[in-house]
Amino acid sequence: MSNTYTDQVLEHFKNPRNLGKMQDPDGVGKIGSPECGDVVWVYIKVVDNVIVDCKFQTLGCAAAIASSSMLTEIVKGKTIEEALAVTNNDVVKELGGLPNKKMHCSLLAEDGIKEAIKDYRIRHNKNM
Amino acid sequence: MIYLDYNATTPLDGRVLDKMMPYLRDYYGNPSAIYKIAKKPKEAIAWACDNIAELISSSPAELIFTSGGTESNNTALFGVAFSHKDKGKHIIISKIEHSAILEPAKFLEELGFKVTYIDVDNYGVIELNRLRDSICEDTVLVSVMYANNEVGTVQPIKEISDICRQHGVYFHVDAVAAVGKLDINVKELGIDLLSISAHKFYGPKGVGVLYVGEAVALSSFIRGGHQQDGRRAGTENVAGIVGLGQAAKIALEESARDSKRIVGLRDKLEEGIKKKISDVKVNGHPLKRLYNTCNIYINHVESESVLMNLDLEEICASAGSACATGNTNPSHVLLAMGISSVAARGSIRFSLGKFTKDQDIDRVLDVLPGIVKKLRQMSPL
Repeated sequence: MSNTYTDQVLEHFKNPRNLGKMQDPDGVGKIGSPECGDVVWVYIKVVDNVIVDCKFQTLGCAAAIASSSMLTEIVKGKTIEEALAVTNNDVVKELGGLPNKKMHCSLLAEDGIKEAIKDYRIRHNKNM
Repeated sequence: MIYLDYNATTPLDGRVLDKMMPYLRDYYGNPSAIYKIAKKPKEAIAWACDNIAELISSSPAELIFTSGGTESNNTALFGVAFSHKDKGKHIIISKIEHSAILEPAKFLEELGFKVTYIDVDNYGVIELNRLRDSICEDTVLVSVMYANNEVGTVQPIKEISDICRQHGVYFHVDAVAAVGKLDINVKELGIDLLSISAHKFYGPKGVGVLYVGEAVALSSFIRGGHQQDGRRAGTENVAGIVGLGQAAKIALEESARDSKRIVGLRDKLEEGIKKKISDVKVNGHPLKRLYNTCNIYINHVESESVLMNLDLEEICASAGSACATGNTNPSHVLLAMGISSVAARGSIRFSLGKFTKDQDIDRVLDVLPGIVKKLRQMSPL
């Protein structure tokens, strides 16, 4: 991949989906630190083991913003188990690719949903 | 489109292109040849040489044409290091040099030379005491940039050259960001070698100069034919050299006048940003700074997101040096100035030039606050 962003990345950067803080989430995944460049928070709402809503907030570059935005679209409507199986490669594929130096940004999205589910399970005493 | 990245490169001045065109189209003769059609190119090179010599107050014979600032810097470091390796194998540079100095220095280390990297203060000014203390028997060269391309801080060049003189050490100055903007007199400043790039002051890309004082012994870096008295082989880039000469002529005649207008616009931009956006801080020295450069830290945003939003508004700016774009590490210059990595990642650079208009600044001040507000709302912190 070159250093330029795909149209899908630019579209999600310009018009992020499911952006913003969620009121009363069932789980929150907090990933990254400003020192490392990017911070991603993923919020989920779960009903009968299905992620009925997913939102995000991101401080970071266009790739981080687009990856988080795409992730929320992918996991919405999925069961917890299906969402856990989502990888950064799925996010990258939907975005039509990312520059090599930006691949780590998609990992923040994958880690974000995994952390959110972990948080959900702890809050609701679910088995890991 | 609003272009505010003049420290990365500048548009070609129309008069430079006009001067170059005949040497691309008609006067194709090889300047080393003996026949008549080689005469024009040969004379044009001499004309360009005179203009550049006047710009930096050197003698024309002390100039070597190169492929640009990077080659000039490589030639200076390797040339001095290799010529004087029997005297010593120690070189001193600052921590905020451009990668075109840092990388050759690193390569010299691999070859067994020793390199000391001098600290800078919070404004990006080199610490003179550290420099003085670092010079030893083995030191052959000190290389410090005239002005920093990222934050604009101008170094105390005369003080550094005095220290070098006292210790009998050569002094190279990477003046790529300063030439065409500041008055530079290599003789008064006591500079032994100085790098110049044409495309930073409205000349063409792919051509530069290394000034080498007549007393300096320098081994050639590019070897081959006998061009330029054997100091730099390769058929001369005649059109490029003519363009550089014309850019030097224009700078001599107009840059003082242009600078007054540009500094006004830069200050207006800076004051406007400070007034309209909370939690911002200017990086670099408040006074000893290039008049066209504004490097500013905007808290709670990440620079690339700001730049991409500016690009969507047809405004070109940058973070750090253009060469570092696509690099995810924060600027080595800002880190060396003691700025935190969080602040470095939130810093952007506007660099203005002679084609910048008052309305351009108004437009930036119009859209930037909204961009920052949007990004801050997106942030979880």
